[in-house]
Amino acid sequence: MKTLMLGNNAVARGLYEAGVGAASSYPGTPSTEITEALAEYGDVYSEWAPNEKVALETAFGASLGGRRAFCGMKHVGLNVAADPLFTISYTGVRAGLVIAVADDPGMHSSQNEQDSRHYAAAAKLPMLEPADSGECYEFAKYAFELSETFDAPVLLRVCTRTAHSQSVVDAGERVLPELIPYEKDIAKYVMMPGNAKRRHPVVEERVRRLAALAETSPLNRVEPGARRDIGVITSGAPYQYVKEACGDDISVLKLGIVHPLPEKLIRDFAARFTDGVIVIEELDPVIENHCRVLGIPARGKALFPVCGEFSQNLISRALGYDTPAAPELPPWLADLPGRPPIMCAGCPHRGMFYSLAKNKITVLGDIGCYTLGAAAPLGAIDTTICMGASVSGLHGFTHAEGNKAAGRSVCVIGDSTFMHSGVTGLINIAYNGGSSTVIILDNSITGMTGHQQNPTTGFNIKGDPAGKIDLEALCRAVGISRVRVVDPYSIAECDNAVAEEIAAPGPSVIISRRPCALLKTVKPKPPLRVDPGKCKKCKSCMKIGCPAVSMKDGGAEIDATLCVGCGVCTQLCKFDAFEAPGAQRRAAL
Amino acid sequence: MKTKSIMIVGVGGQGSLLAGRLLGCLLMNCGYDVKVSEVHGMSQRGGSVVTYVRYGGKVRSPVIDEGGADFIVSFELLEAARWLGCLAPGGKVIANTQRIDPMPVVTGAAEYPSGLAEKLKAALPGPPGASADTIDALSLAVEAGSSKAVNIVLMGRLSRYFADIPEDAWLRALKETVPAKTLDTNTKAFSLGRGCEAAPA
Repeated sequence: MKTLMLGNNAVARGLYEAGVGAASSYPGTPSTEITEALAEYGDVYSEWAPNEKVALETAFGASLGGRRAFCGMKHVGLNVAADPLFTISYTGVRAGLVIAVADDPGMHSSQNEQDSRHYAAAAKLPMLEPADSGECYEFAKYAFELSETFDAPVLLRVCTRTAHSQSVVDAGERVLPELIPYEKDIAKYVMMPGNAKRRHPVVEERVRRLAALAETSPLNRVEPGARRDIGVITSGAPYQYVKEACGDDISVLKLGIVHPLPEKLIRDFAARFTDGVIVIEELDPVIENHCRVLGIPARGKALFPVCGEFSQNLISRALGYDTPAAPELPPWLADLPGRPPIMCAGCPHRGMFYSLAKNKITVLGDIGCYTLGAAAPLGAIDTTICMGASVSGLHGFTHAEGNKAAGRSVCVIGDSTFMHSGVTGLINIAYNGGSSTVIILDNSITGMTGHQQNPTTGFNIKGDPAGKIDLEALCRAVGISRVRVVDPYSIAECDNAVAEEIAAPGPSVIISRRPCALLKTVKPKPPLRVDPGKCKKCKSCMKIGCPAVSMKDGGAEIDATLCVGCGVCTQLCKFDAFEAPGAQRRAAL
Repeated sequence: MKTKSIMIVGVGGQGSLLAGRLLGCLLMNCGYDVKVSEVHGMSQRGGSVVTYVRYGGKVRSPVIDEGGADFIVSFELLEAARWLGCLAPGGKVIANTQRIDPMPVVTGAAEYPSGLAEKLKAALPGPPGASADTIDALSLAVEAGSSKAVNIVLMGRLSRYFADIPEDAWLRALKETVPAKTLDTNTKAFSLGRGCEAAPA
């Protein structure tokens, strides 16, 4: 039946029909919906793992046990999962194993723009790259067959525009393969040097056989065009832009297998054109470099950028076609106020960030919604690197000047990110006698990726009750004796806790606990009101960057459609101008 | 047929994803090839968001570029101005007159342009044929029963430009895309949007 499907949902549909039996992933934009969609199918074991390394190892275990298995992640997640990836390339699989990795050219929701194709080459694994939802579905299905035929985990690379675009999918029925009974095979699965030495040539031979497949596979196809001077080699989303920009004017070699790359197919294709081929690929010149190594005249990054996303106009212009231009517009339109993403009204992180910024604390930050604490007016975060880097980074930071910095620095990390890879940094602090102050911003959910459960929430991916990690007990267990919980809706509580813990000798953990204001289980309080007679327009309330509070001619105003009555602004007002209608004002505020 | 392009722009959280899905469902039901490109993740958090809907005989690119949008449906006035460069010659703008201050305006680092609705109409690019409907979709949504139905009010207004798609088809797509418990409110919002008059140019 034909339906309009998000690329990620189409991947899930393909995996499902191919009989995937187990899925373990960690959420990350733009990959999250694949695993969420799998969890909707009743007969697939699905889970959120604490991180991508654990997820991939779990999926590998399921494959070893004889069930087709899946693991999904964003591009930077593959860095975390790289350790098992390189060695399960050696062991191979039992039942099929498919790993989806979602790149984010243009960095819509990422901290870097890395190109996952390098991992396929480095780990010597096949990588497929679909160009729309239909191919997401077909390639995901085929990936299991490929995995079992070649005894290799298969990487499925999507990017933001394939993952988050809907197009038509003609879905079918699920066929569940028989369980492949486990068989002990020490020489294949125990990667100690003696065995690994025998497996490495197997891997090299597998790459050669995959390259031979790439020569003839229907996933790599030539679409002939009129021009005889140049041809285009492309894959994924850029293929769509090329077809949009050039129609059938230019011949296209469309690659669905992006590793290993074929040699003869490319050589024969290039030989048709008087001026060689143009490689159109987002991010790094992977296909272009392959052509150059083969001595095939290819141009790519001389014409197209390494940075950012492509589009039909970008390609059309670079190839010299008539290109729609931006219309002539008056100059004031070039000077509009920007609209960066912001922390939501009622976000529990706001109170803690205000406190940290006010007290001029150096804040090593991490990955999640709270990264937005770096934005004006709070400007409360000093660094953002990768999952977990705040905790370990702070430990090093405090040691740079003989522990002096411990008295004026903290790190902030979300509950999910802490479970992902923050706890290992905390262990390092405890073990090596650090005196860092670690703030866990516990909003009881994985926020930025759209509310996924995690080991601290007490629920699993299906929303059923599950094991719940006790953060306080965990921190104490690794050796932190000073562990305290604060309510970030109270600025005074945040001020006191931070002041005491950075001053205290030895390491501390402050758990800043308040569920995400967007959770359905969190009932908003009635919106506050401003008493215009009391507001002195001092703008103190503007320091927290709450989207529900603005300064108009008459003074502060509350947007009642946004305000959830958190009361943080109330604590900044010296004139008692904010009123909570119908509710007794809390004396503590 | 040549691929047609509809841009839905607004502020993260205003319901542009649902509007995109409604259009996708509608146009697919009408027998077109369709692509809808969405934005998830960080930019959803109160930032400027854009959803692309493209339909026709065979749609290739899922995105819309400068000078490529036959329609720009904007949920907020400043966002309509921001994306005006994407309007195709003779394209139509349908803009909610609602003002949502971005953080640089809230903090006083920038000013929200005054008289934006009039300025927007004056700025419409040539050649003649382009137009901008500005409607108070928020009031109509509230009248329908929920301020959250702004997106569907605007879809109602957009539907007037699709002479070959009967209202029934829109209502069927609405039923297929919005949560069942909001169907009555959204149906009313759609009708109010479809029936409303835009502010005079």
